[in-house]
Amino acid sequence: MNMALDVLSWLLLTSGGLAVLIGGIGALRMPDLYSRMHAASVTDSLGAILVIAGIMLQAGLTLASFKLGAILLFLLLTSPTSSYALASAALLAGNKPMDPIDPEPEASQPSDAASTSAEGGRT
Amino acid sequence: MSVDELAQNVPTRSRGFRILLLTVLLAVAWLLWSGLFKPLLLGLGVLSCGLTLYVLQRMGYFSNETFAFRYNHRLFGFWAWLGKEIVLSSLEVSRAVLSPRLNIDPRTVRLDVSDLDPVDQAVLGNSVTLTPGTLTLDVHQGSMVVHALTPEGAAALQAGEMQRRVGELNN
Repeated sequence: MNMALDVLSWLLLTSGGLAVLIGGIGALRMPDLYSRMHAASVTDSLGAILVIAGIMLQAGLTLASFKLGAILLFLLLTSPTSSYALASAALLAGNKPMDPIDPEPEASQPSDAASTSAEGGRT
Repeated sequence: MSVDELAQNVPTRSRGFRILLLTVLLAVAWLLWSGLFKPLLLGLGVLSCGLTLYVLQRMGYFSNETFAFRYNHRLFGFWAWLGKEIVLSSLEVSRAVLSPRLNIDPRTVRLDVSDLDPVDQAVLGNSVTLTPGTLTLDVHQGSMVVHALTPEGAAALQAGEMQRRVGELNN
């Protein structure tokens, strides 16, 4: 039983490390700020979940585990908030995404995803 | 609407309940985290809880529009679904990152979220950002600008399943 828990925890920790690595590689390879943030969020979300779950299995049913769970919850609540602050600041500072933003809708627009966003931004 | 106006449109009773709920939460959190029951630490705990409540009160946090501790057990179901989405989209993004030709085609789309109230809009915006491959750029007057790494990611958001699930948290 202990062996099984250890193996599971190693699996979680290793795949968590892999997620962090992929996030890092992505942040280097992506062409602009916004797509880099997508890659970094693999580290933020999946990496954090897997690594902390792995440590929780090592800690067992203790107060330490509960605290780790709380840390994970706080991470998952605060990291998108700071990502939003970064993305929103970049947008305000004039860093334009590669695909132009749809203009503020006056009437509701047709919801054809790809075509409206590509055409609509040029007006 | 100003902070004072926000604070006024709440009945006193539910306001008192909200303040009490948060006081209990803060006190329990302090006790669990410190695990020490010395007079000095307990005093500091009372002081920090009091200060937190005072600041929240000044922010107008206990009004209907901004009070966040109001979801029921459905929140856990939403978290499970969101966890699944995070894993799936992480795999998508990882595949794009590791593909030799860097398989991306970013899209920026606008979503109409005016049917959600402000706390729900914040929950939706955060959930979108938390899911790799989609990123909230701006939330303003019921309209949300989202950056997606692929056209499929953008289309999935516009299909509105996440928005529907967030909307259902309140019923």
